[in-house]
Amino acid sequence: MGDAVKIGAPKETYPGEARVAMTPESARALQKLGHECLIETGAGAASGFSDEAYAEAGVEIVKTAAQLWKAADVVVKVRPPSETEAKRLRKGQMLISFFHPAQNKELLELCAGKGSTVIAMDMVPRISRAQKMDALSSMANIAGYRAVIEAAENFGRFFTGQVTAAGKIPPAKVLVIGAGVAGLAAIGTAVSLGAEVRAFDVRPEVAEQIESMGAEFLMLDFSGTDLSSEEGYAKPASPEFLEAEMKLFREQAPEVDIVITTALIPGRPAPKLWTKDMVALMKPGSVIVDLAAEQGGNCELTVPGERTVTDNGVVILGYTDLPSRMATQASTLYANNIRHMLTDLTPEKDGRIVVNMEDDVIRHSTVCHEGEITFPPPPVKVSAAPKKPAKTAEPTPEEKRAAEIAAFRKATRQQVSLLVLGGLFMLLVGAYAPASFMQHFIVFALACFVGFQVIWNVSHALHTPLMAVTNAISGIIILGALLQIGSTSWLVVVLAAVSILIASINIVGGFLVTRRMLAMFQKS
Amino acid sequence: MLSIGLVSAAYIAAAVLFILALGGLSNIEAAKRAVWYGIVGMAVAVFATVFGPGVGNLPIILLTVVIGGAIGAYVAARVQMTEMPQLVAALHSFVGLAAVFIGLNADLELSSVREMLAAGGAMETLSGFSERLAHKTPVEISIMKVEVFLGIFIGAVTFTGSVVAFGKLAGKIDGKPKKLPGGHFWNAGAALLCLVVGLLYFQGAGIWTMVVTAIVAGFIGWHLIMGIGGADMPVVVSMLNSYSGWAAAAVGFTLSNDLLIVTGALVGASGAILSYIMCRAMNRRFISVILGGFGGTGGPAAEIEGEMVSIDVDGVAAMLEDADSVIIVPGYGMAVAQAQNSVAELVRRLRAKGKNVRFAIHPVAGRLPGHMNVLLAEAKVPYDIVMEMDEINDDFPDTDVAIVIGANDIVNPAAQEDPNSPIAGMPVLEVWKAKNVIVLKRGQGTGYSGIENPLFYKENTRMFYGDAKHSIDEVLKRLD
Repeated sequence: MGDAVKIGAPKETYPGEARVAMTPESARALQKLGHECLIETGAGAASGFSDEAYAEAGVEIVKTAAQLWKAADVVVKVRPPSETEAKRLRKGQMLISFFHPAQNKELLELCAGKGSTVIAMDMVPRISRAQKMDALSSMANIAGYRAVIEAAENFGRFFTGQVTAAGKIPPAKVLVIGAGVAGLAAIGTAVSLGAEVRAFDVRPEVAEQIESMGAEFLMLDFSGTDLSSEEGYAKPASPEFLEAEMKLFREQAPEVDIVITTALIPGRPAPKLWTKDMVALMKPGSVIVDLAAEQGGNCELTVPGERTVTDNGVVILGYTDLPSRMATQASTLYANNIRHMLTDLTPEKDGRIVVNMEDDVIRHSTVCHEGEITFPPPPVKVSAAPKKPAKTAEPTPEEKRAAEIAAFRKATRQQVSLLVLGGLFMLLVGAYAPASFMQHFIVFALACFVGFQVIWNVSHALHTPLMAVTNAISGIIILGALLQIGSTSWLVVVLAAVSILIASINIVGGFLVTRRMLAMFQKS
Repeated sequence: MLSIGLVSAAYIAAAVLFILALGGLSNIEAAKRAVWYGIVGMAVAVFATVFGPGVGNLPIILLTVVIGGAIGAYVAARVQMTEMPQLVAALHSFVGLAAVFIGLNADLELSSVREMLAAGGAMETLSGFSERLAHKTPVEISIMKVEVFLGIFIGAVTFTGSVVAFGKLAGKIDGKPKKLPGGHFWNAGAALLCLVVGLLYFQGAGIWTMVVTAIVAGFIGWHLIMGIGGADMPVVVSMLNSYSGWAAAAVGFTLSNDLLIVTGALVGASGAILSYIMCRAMNRRFISVILGGFGGTGGPAAEIEGEMVSIDVDGVAAMLEDADSVIIVPGYGMAVAQAQNSVAELVRRLRAKGKNVRFAIHPVAGRLPGHMNVLLAEAKVPYDIVMEMDEINDDFPDTDVAIVIGANDIVNPAAQEDPNSPIAGMPVLEVWKAKNVIVLKRGQGTGYSGIENPLFYKENTRMFYGDAKHSIDEVLKRLD
């Protein structure tokens, strides 16, 4: 590689693909890292970025794809390379794009055979540090949003409920299946359009996220073994679980107007969750958006890439290019993901690319390095979150009640034994002490008791004023000194006078500062 | 001159008023009225005593009360709210010292009365306290000696303990726990010595025994509180508060004065309950706080994964602009940085934008029970948005931004997640459940207890380094 690394983005060759891997904005950032940027002419046109805009950002416009592949040291792309493109790779060149290495074994071997380095954006590990380059998430986010927009276009009614002079309109009912990034984005979009949204996911722990987006989490009425989270969600559901799930969906089908399915199990075909009979149960005019269409679809009737209408008037959208349908947004986010990846690959910001295989993120995303296949990567410390504490079993109602009874008994035992001990102590004192002492002692015991009862009710916010006021009233010790100061002994008089002096400080200081504090507490 | 009956009636009234004064603190509006009950009660009690039987030297009384009152008024008007902990500690020490003096006086009077009676003096010439002493039976005299001993002992411990606590809180003494080599054996030895000297005193030894008791007990108070660290001060101060009450009660027994007994018992109970609440809030046993240091733990602390991510002023401002609900968790650091006014201004601005802003106060935040509440009240934060831990802890999951200002252990998730942590089981504010957490912190060190805080490494936590007041002022400039 020469002095300045040339980073080039060709025009996508996949039919219908409108995205581009470099925007004028990302190019500016890349140049700050010391790189040079190239772009094939017209590559950004479908995303709304003209050649002029690129030229203005200091990007060199290259006439043909062939020239670009020849000139660039690093090629950035969206879609995996076509065979023609892969053949253009040369030794020492680097390719950054989506790659899906598990599904594209032959393509990977072809690229490796050329002696190149390939970084697969879909292999970026899901750890917090790598979020900024997680292109799968940023694309899923767009897909979720777009799914709702597509549904809205095909749905003949308002999303939001309205009461108009012409009549009452009920809100659209939306069901989102699968609450990953795309599902949550779909929920958020549908909620903000005013729809009544419910969502389902096999992982009960995402209920909180669903509810935080403003949707209702559909609880599965399933009492079998806990299939949830211990081994992650990749575990295919048991037959009983599936049955309960299907039952729930069948109950929902006649009610909901729009179904958005996003259920994917990594490395497997999409599970068929929305069956023919469920579609048959739906009202005419309802819309199904199947985000899993590329992996075969969650709905049995989905035709990938197509919009179909069933006999009972249900529209099924099987589009596989949802992010591309929002090309400007998708390109901006994807180009930023690429830019962050290149920032990590240029640690010194000096225009030199370093593939640091010690770095977890880079190691994981690099599927072939200088002609050597490095896929699959070793497992990564997946989560930065602390280990989950051992799961404590939720106590059953019986156990709870038993615990409550035990606690009550314990408290009773404690109280009774305290009372008995106290009583015995009193008796003991009473047996020996003279009557005059006992009189005072009774007063003392009662005062303690009253004190405990009163202080428990003091509000936490007033603990500092409480201390100040008790300071003031403990200045009552002044009475002792007052009673003694009449003495004939000068020593007693001096000591008593000092006591009166400091006790007066306590009394006046304590009360005044309490008043000052209390006056500060204001209601809004 | 008021009769004994009238004085007693006044005392009853004063006792009732004191109880009302304390009871009124259950509610902020009622408290503003209740403090007047306390003032009136005190005035009634002092007035009745001064004009009751057996009190002389009125000019001296007047002079000392005026001087003392003037000093008290001056201090009360000038004290900064951040200095409240040391003021409270100082006032405790006064009660302790007065108890010691009054105890010594009682013994002095007793000896002089005895001498006079032995010399054949007539009982009728005595008045007031001496007269009451002269009437005591031998059993009553020995009981009184126990009371004198207790009064002096507790008073001396309270006095030196409070002086040390004052020094530590005011930063005049290093806040770190320090003990003499040999640790608590010194305290045990000193307590034993007091007991021996006390026994000698009951056998009829002179007043020197009580002076020794006062000195040795003073040593215990000094050494005990020297051994306790800064963050345990809420417990220490409430404990000394309690002691000052018991000292007053002991003096009441000595002087056969019921009002002193009642008031002392009220104050003692109040301090005891506060200590209990503070200990529970730290999930520590009273004994282990008093004996100092954290208890032993089983096994190594869980390793923390992840990294601290810092954030700049613009990031914080943007995050606050986007947030709908914000919870602020202040700690001692806010008091140290004197940031309460800036924080209050931030809250006013955010509330003016229609955001839901609240405070979450941990019971042991600060150096005095309720310290944060007073600081916020001083900065004119309305008290109805200042919540206790139990009231607000469930709201964190629905909160967009939690801001932690100068607090560490009270927001440490290790208390719940890591059974090996020294603070395992301590109730903490669950800030990490909020969508975003901003931690204002001076530097990267650990908290008072030296425990690593996994909160700082959480994915949704952003560290905002710098002096809290300066940082918030900068954020204020960005918000408009």
